[in-house]
Amino acid sequence: MTPPTLELRDLRVTYTVRGIDRQVLRGVSLSIAPGESYGLVGESGCGKSTAAFAAMRYLPRNGKIAEGSILFEGQDMTLMSDPEVASLRTSAISMIYQNPLSALNPTIRIGHQLAEVFRLNGHSKEEAFVLAGEALQRVHIADPEKVMRRYPHHLSGGMAQRVVIAMALASNPRLLVMDEPTTGLDATVEAEVLDLVRELRRDTGTAVLFISHNLGVIRHMCDRVGVLYAGSIVEQGKTADLFSNPSHPYTVGLLRCIPRGGLHKNTDRLDTIPGTPPALGAQLNGCVFADRCAHVEEACRAATPDLVAVGESHTVRCIFHSKSASLPRAIDSLSVSDADQNDQRVKGSRLLDIDHLSKAFTQDGHSVQVVNDVSMKVGVGETLGLVGESGAGKTTIAKLILGLTGFDADSHIVLDGKELAGTLNKRSVQDVGAMQIVFQNPDQALNRRHSVTHIVSRAVQKLGGLSASDSTTRARELLSSMRVDISLHAARPLQLSGGLKQRVAIARAFAGAPQLVVCDEPTSALDVSVQATILNLLVDLQKKDGTSFIFISHDLGVVRYISDKIAVLYLGRIVEYGDSSQVFQGPHHPYTEALLSSVPNIDGSIRKRIPLTGVIPSPSNPPSGCVLHPRCSRMAGSGVEHLCTSTEPALNEVEPGHFMRCHIPLDQLRTVQTQ
Amino acid sequence: MLRFLVKRTGLAVVTLFIVSGIVFFMTSILPGDQARQLLGREASAESVKLWRIENGFNRPLVVQYFSWISKVLRGDLGMSLQYDLPVSEILAPAASKSAQLAIVALIIIVPVSILGGVVAAMNRDKLADRLITVGGLSATVIPEFVWSVILILIFGVAFRIFPISAFPSEEDADLLIRVYHLILPSIALLLVLFGYISRITRAGVIEALDSDYMRTAVLKGHTKRAAVFRHVLRNALLPTIAVIATQVPYLVGGLIAIERVFNYPGFGSVLLAAVTAKDFSLLQTAVLLTGVVIVCFQLLSDVLFALLNPRIRQRVAE
Amino acid sequence: MNDSTQSTPKGTVAQERIAVLRKNKAFVVGSSILIFWIICAIFGKLIARYEIDQMDFEATYAAPSGKYWFGTDGLGQDIYSRVIIGSRLIILIAFSATALGTAVGASIGLIAGYLKGTFDMILMRILEAISAIPVIIVALLAIAAVGGSSTIITILIIGFIFAPNVARTIRAAVLAEAEYEYVAAAKLRSEKTSHILFKEILPNVMPTLIVEFTVRLGYAIFAVATLSFLGAGVEAGSPDWGTQVADTWSLIFSNTYWPTLFPAIAIASLAVSINLISDGLLEVFEL
Repeated sequence: MTPPTLELRDLRVTYTVRGIDRQVLRGVSLSIAPGESYGLVGESGCGKSTAAFAAMRYLPRNGKIAEGSILFEGQDMTLMSDPEVASLRTSAISMIYQNPLSALNPTIRIGHQLAEVFRLNGHSKEEAFVLAGEALQRVHIADPEKVMRRYPHHLSGGMAQRVVIAMALASNPRLLVMDEPTTGLDATVEAEVLDLVRELRRDTGTAVLFISHNLGVIRHMCDRVGVLYAGSIVEQGKTADLFSNPSHPYTVGLLRCIPRGGLHKNTDRLDTIPGTPPALGAQLNGCVFADRCAHVEEACRAATPDLVAVGESHTVRCIFHSKSASLPRAIDSLSVSDADQNDQRVKGSRLLDIDHLSKAFTQDGHSVQVVNDVSMKVGVGETLGLVGESGAGKTTIAKLILGLTGFDADSHIVLDGKELAGTLNKRSVQDVGAMQIVFQNPDQALNRRHSVTHIVSRAVQKLGGLSASDSTTRARELLSSMRVDISLHAARPLQLSGGLKQRVAIARAFAGAPQLVVCDEPTSALDVSVQATILNLLVDLQKKDGTSFIFISHDLGVVRYISDKIAVLYLGRIVEYGDSSQVFQGPHHPYTEALLSSVPNIDGSIRKRIPLTGVIPSPSNPPSGCVLHPRCSRMAGSGVEHLCTSTEPALNEVEPGHFMRCHIPLDQLRTVQTQ
Repeated sequence: MLRFLVKRTGLAVVTLFIVSGIVFFMTSILPGDQARQLLGREASAESVKLWRIENGFNRPLVVQYFSWISKVLRGDLGMSLQYDLPVSEILAPAASKSAQLAIVALIIIVPVSILGGVVAAMNRDKLADRLITVGGLSATVIPEFVWSVILILIFGVAFRIFPISAFPSEEDADLLIRVYHLILPSIALLLVLFGYISRITRAGVIEALDSDYMRTAVLKGHTKRAAVFRHVLRNALLPTIAVIATQVPYLVGGLIAIERVFNYPGFGSVLLAAVTAKDFSLLQTAVLLTGVVIVCFQLLSDVLFALLNPRIRQRVAE
Repeated sequence: MNDSTQSTPKGTVAQERIAVLRKNKAFVVGSSILIFWIICAIFGKLIARYEIDQMDFEATYAAPSGKYWFGTDGLGQDIYSRVIIGSRLIILIAFSATALGTAVGASIGLIAGYLKGTFDMILMRILEAISAIPVIIVALLAIAAVGGSSTIITILIIGFIFAPNVARTIRAAVLAEAEYEYVAAAKLRSEKTSHILFKEILPNVMPTLIVEFTVRLGYAIFAVATLSFLGAGVEAGSPDWGTQVADTWSLIFSNTYWPTLFPAIAIASLAVSINLISDGLLEVFEL
């Protein structure tokens, strides 16, 4: 009987913070068979990175293994000496983690860093370099010689991750640990990297420990899954099994609060999990999930539940697991009633008109066109979703609309019939207050030296025109309506959790009763369970006040759920624009098609992957003709190649309300895309 | 790379012009007193005024400035009013002596400070680190003259290990003896400059130790020591190079007090005497010279930094 | 249905900081020494045992004894008393100069860091030029140019020499802060520039400012002592420590070390104490 490649037995890891030992992993047990891919999924603070590093027996300075064992192919790593562990790392276990660019030494050339792995495995200098070149080819890097001579900061994120993968696989390890390897990469790049990992796994038969917070990615990459919550595995089993029959209340809740395809704000409300995940290392008694569970009872807090089998190699740690499927839906609601529809304007009538918006920046002497002739409309009470990858110009467009950056000549922004000046200081206070923003990162968006009340009351005072004392009262009302408890009103932002901070930011944005709020990745930094509450909040505010949103996100599932209309951006241009359903159901613009196909679905359906070859071109050097043509997978054989390479297509209305920037006729697209 | 060099040198030249401007305008008040000194205390306002006109001091300041600058650029540094000798004849030997002291000092300071920083970083938060860090920085704030006096007291008077004068009395003392005399003042300079250089080195090493790429190296299978050697040092030393250039002004400034205590006829002594005597042409040139030296060092350090840091080098090369 | 807060309630952030400071040995030692010298500066005459110019011609160059704790100098003046009373001038000048330099420098740094543009570019060039000349030399030049030294002049000169360095530090901090989105949010409330600078950015730059003040203070002590040692910066005849060392250091060759040693140690202790305080503050603000 071959021992499992990796086995964690009742592993307890603690971090010592300010003299106190905090439990980060509370008796984690899992095993990975040779060649198997095991996914560990969880939200922030659950300890998944710690588990990943433990598999390499690598802990930070203040971490220690309190109990338990880490068995690699049957041998206990906790009992090994440092040189023995180092030797395992050289040849048998490898790791890849987030931020590939920082994982590489900025002052050493790629070739040398890659060759290092081979040299550690006993090869000579010359051999090592040759092998390094081959390793780069295996990860589909064109022109490996050139890349080997470069320094890390030259590479894009995707390319750097390939190099890191090459480095990890160079030693032909029996176990590959991957900690959020694609977080932070663009969707299409992520899809390519994951494809690569799957391919290499097939070729080498390595076992994989895959750590992620993204359930869709886990679904696609892993044979078995473990759900980690507060340092404890609450449920474990075969991927398909676990996703279709979740047995732990947390798993059930988690799967429910993800906006899946088909759900829309107009008809469905997102499920949430009440409360927040406990902080890393918090003191917990009994079941770790007790504080947030709808089925909780005395017995749950008395002792940690035992592991119970619910199916073939499907285990769960819950006393009431049989009730989990009927977990009551935790759909929160705003305390203010919906009957408060006080909007005089008709929903859907024109609010914001953006015409020929353009912006060029000068960089190193030449002019870089970051936003190129963008025209969009947003109606009253409507949400326009902006979708695109890096370099698409989404944030710049947001800044241009708000007046934080000035637009170039011939651009027009008309709000409620009134043409707006290019920069903020030329707009009236009312106009400025009419459009507000919620940023991605509340740590930077809220002044950490101000109290929460002050942050909101100042906005009320300046934008609402109230006196100082009235503003404070109004601010407290606003905060309470966003479910920020009174006890927290005097707190500073850093004392609050991510979700709470974002609520404060939203309260501030709504302080002056704006007509439009730009949301720039408002939930990207939040856990999935918290994201749902914020999305529900935004939807409720829209229903109540008739506020319009421009919603920017890289998460297509979220955008699909919350948007009425969608604009797809590529290199500063709109390539497709239309109703949410039109854009998502198709026929699609080739870029949209590729984008949609790169998102792994939770329900496990295999979407045909339309690859986007090459890298996103730099805005300072856009391709001729249609900017997508070097990468477009639908150009070949379309009959219009000569147009694609020579002329930039205009944004045409191919169906009522549906616009596309493509030379290929709609019907032809429809035909090839449904094959 | 060439474009970067040209741009950086251009900036340095601009800075130098501003320096010369500052120097000139600050010393432009002095000639008034100088006239009085030359002509004697009882000199009438008339004769002072006449003297000023004769020597061109009644022209607008800006004109005087350009006249001075063009002379300097041609090599005409003027006459010292104290010694009635060309300024260059006074400054050259003095500058050379100070340069000798500075070189000996730097040879001691740079390796010792870097080593101190590395040791402190490798023993983070332990006793060695606290001693080096706190001790080093405390030493930095104690003025050079205090250190000089204490050093002389201990090593020159109490335990007669080192000579108390930096300038050997023998006329043609050989190299070894001259260096021997320079050791004590160099240590005084070391004590003042050690703290900051070692702190920056320590910070650089710690940042490298905590970095993701260090983690990658360990996870590849390197032993900690090998990883430090290969990966940490070359990244950590970059900020150190930059900081050494920022310390040069303190070194030059420190020379004044140190040369006084150690009785060394170097640049600092000449400068001090010129200030007291308000020998403005000597003073102008001397201060300008310090500015030139310091700006050159900064330029050198920036260029070196760019050469060693691939991020700048490559960006420049494109 | 609410998310819960993560840590301590408001109001104890400051208390937490003070507690950490109290535990920091270096900070405690530094503060104690500084407080001692400040007391000497204010109440010097009460602590001293003799007048500063009280001469005793029968006990010139007397070694330290029960009568004269630190010994006497060439005029029979009590070194101990002179050291205690001499603290006043150096502390007065150093504190005032630093306060002046910090106020001026911080204002310049705030404006330059936020407004950027041409003002900033010109400022940086000037700052670079000023940094190219050592502080001591600039001070000597300025004092010579003005024609003589007095307390006020020295304070002004040192203050203005420090301003550029303070400006540079504050400017760097402001540059970083201005990128934070709360500044953009303030602009989106049509806040005036002065409000953004002083009510939004400055509170976040405060820790840097405080640390910078204490660092400059250390250098101010350094500068004042060195200047008075070189014969500039204070009126002739005042019992400033630097002057005391300057007048007596040649005596150490004849083993009369005490007139020099004690003022020298006083300078060292004051400088170090301030340095320890700024180290402690650095740690607490986690800069």
